[in-house]
Amino acid sequence: MDAVATAALAPKNGRLARIFAAYGQELVVLGLLLAVIALSGAVNARFLSENNLNSIFSGNAYVAVAAIGMSMVIIAGHIDVSVGSLIGVLATISGTLAVRGYPIWVAWLASIVAGIAIQAVNGVLVAYARIPAIVVTLGMLSILKGGLISATSGAWITNLPPGFLLAQFRLFGILAPVWFAAILTVLAALWMRYSALGRSIYAVGGNPDAARAAGIQTKPTVVFVFALHGFFAGIAAILFASQLQVIQSTVPPNLELNVITASVIGGVSILGGTGTVIGSTLAAILFAAIGSSLIFLNVSAYWLKAVLGLLILVTVLADMARRRRAF
Amino acid sequence: MALSLRRLLRHETILAVLVVVALVVLAAQSERFFTADNLLNQGRLMSEVGLVALTMTFVIVTGGIDLSVGSMLGLSAILVGVFWKNVGLALPIAMVLAVGAGGLAGLLNGLIITRFKVPPLIATLATLALYRGLAEGISQSRSVRGYPEWFYALGQRDAAGVPVQVWIMLVAGLGSAAILGLTTFGRATYAVGANETAARFSGIAVDRTRLLVSTTRSDMGTGLELDVITAVVLGGTSIFGGKGTIMGTVLGLALIQALRSGLSLAGVKGDGTIVVIGLVLIGAILVSNLFGRDGDG
Repeated sequence: MDAVATAALAPKNGRLARIFAAYGQELVVLGLLLAVIALSGAVNARFLSENNLNSIFSGNAYVAVAAIGMSMVIIAGHIDVSVGSLIGVLATISGTLAVRGYPIWVAWLASIVAGIAIQAVNGVLVAYARIPAIVVTLGMLSILKGGLISATSGAWITNLPPGFLLAQFRLFGILAPVWFAAILTVLAALWMRYSALGRSIYAVGGNPDAARAAGIQTKPTVVFVFALHGFFAGIAAILFASQLQVIQSTVPPNLELNVITASVIGGVSILGGTGTVIGSTLAAILFAAIGSSLIFLNVSAYWLKAVLGLLILVTVLADMARRRRAF
Repeated sequence: MALSLRRLLRHETILAVLVVVALVVLAAQSERFFTADNLLNQGRLMSEVGLVALTMTFVIVTGGIDLSVGSMLGLSAILVGVFWKNVGLALPIAMVLAVGAGGLAGLLNGLIITRFKVPPLIATLATLALYRGLAEGISQSRSVRGYPEWFYALGQRDAAGVPVQVWIMLVAGLGSAAILGLTTFGRATYAVGANETAARFSGIAVDRTRLLVSTTRSDMGTGLELDVITAVVLGGTSIFGGKGTIMGTVLGLALIQALRSGLSLAGVKGDGTIVVIGLVLIGAILVSNLFGRDGDG
């Protein structure tokens, strides 16, 4: 669709067309998000209340943060299905340390460091042992999930110190998760667009052989991308852990699916090599908006997953159709 | 060809030896293990994963993968209840329709993969969400109860002293082995996985083969994907396609089941078992990558 739009716009307004060609999917998601908010607001004005908008933007911010790293992994041509279990494990580690009286910053740092370490293991197995990412991360999923339940028996972590609850801090009236998602998204997008290392992620995912020929060390790059993904998962886990007063030390169901879906709907091409993290963040907010609108429109929340499944399928098919036209 | 046959044979021999060793160790650990009752019960426990693993072998041999099995199975199971209780159809008809719907879901997977050239991993990740969402939406997460006695018998009864599920599994296993090993379709399945381009040139309808493979997978649970893929890969089927046998998958299944019951006899709880299966999955591919690489990747 946007190829046609590009052609039509090109003679009149070259700049606009370029923006649309480069950020087509991001603009589509943004449009959908605004449409959902406007329609739901028109049907039920309470949808637009400050409380509800705050919960839409902050409630899924941890998904958006995790989706930044996931987008990088997918752009590099791989995938990670273990991220949901990983966030569950990291949240539990961080919460346990906080409750046991360690300084808050130690609890937060532990989540990030452990995230980087575990994802680096995934990266090494993918890049150097040449095991497909789906197999590595499927195995890691079960190791983390089984390990977590064995260690905690699913017990809840309570009595979290108030200073630990990062997700409930506010700055200028806006909740901390929104700030984190916004700032990390912008920084990551700029880094991926303008730094040599950031651009090499696209090269590795787009055409590994060409990337190698161009002098990019593909294997260390893949390990680095997974480690970076672990960093974002660490931050996402802190935001996830501090949303409520308790941490349920189990694996959040279907979280990996939500994160991957956000990346794919946000325009990260499933074949690697293209996409931006702006789209995935918008998509994460879009899910929260759709979920909230189903409630306000009195549609059973059990349909949410079907709606998202359909959305991801349509996006994937559109992506393939667009690619075929491009060649 | 002879060489690769010998290699396949060797992989399966190793597996068979491992299974025997596991059984001997288990028998020595607990005298209750090596009774007919317990062995048949183990067979019953592995039949659900086993049925799915049989067809998954075909999918992985073509070089594909299917992450949507669990949710496909859940959707079929829920549709049995919906057709029977809410629509009011006779239970046998409801069962046939539900299996048909499962086949349709598999067909959709196959069409998305072959017609739109979506990588199998992503296509089935999308349909995983879709089928699970449909199952939740249609059932509103309520389960159907009160089926007639004979329906439960399929899962709980014995026939000639052997659980019905084990019979079903046995028939499906022999059938799959014959199809994959002896028919043109089976040979085409290998060819598509080993080298798609070469298969196209030799006149094999690659897309149709893949499509057929996807459609025949009309199964029934949730969270099965890991167990299923582990069994198939452990059984010697290459994740890159083109290599693998039903015999290997059956041995892989037996080894995992032996591992499970061994760990539970040793006092490890179910969650600890999941960790071990994850390690075995990564370890198995690591080892086969180290010893059996033939050029690709």
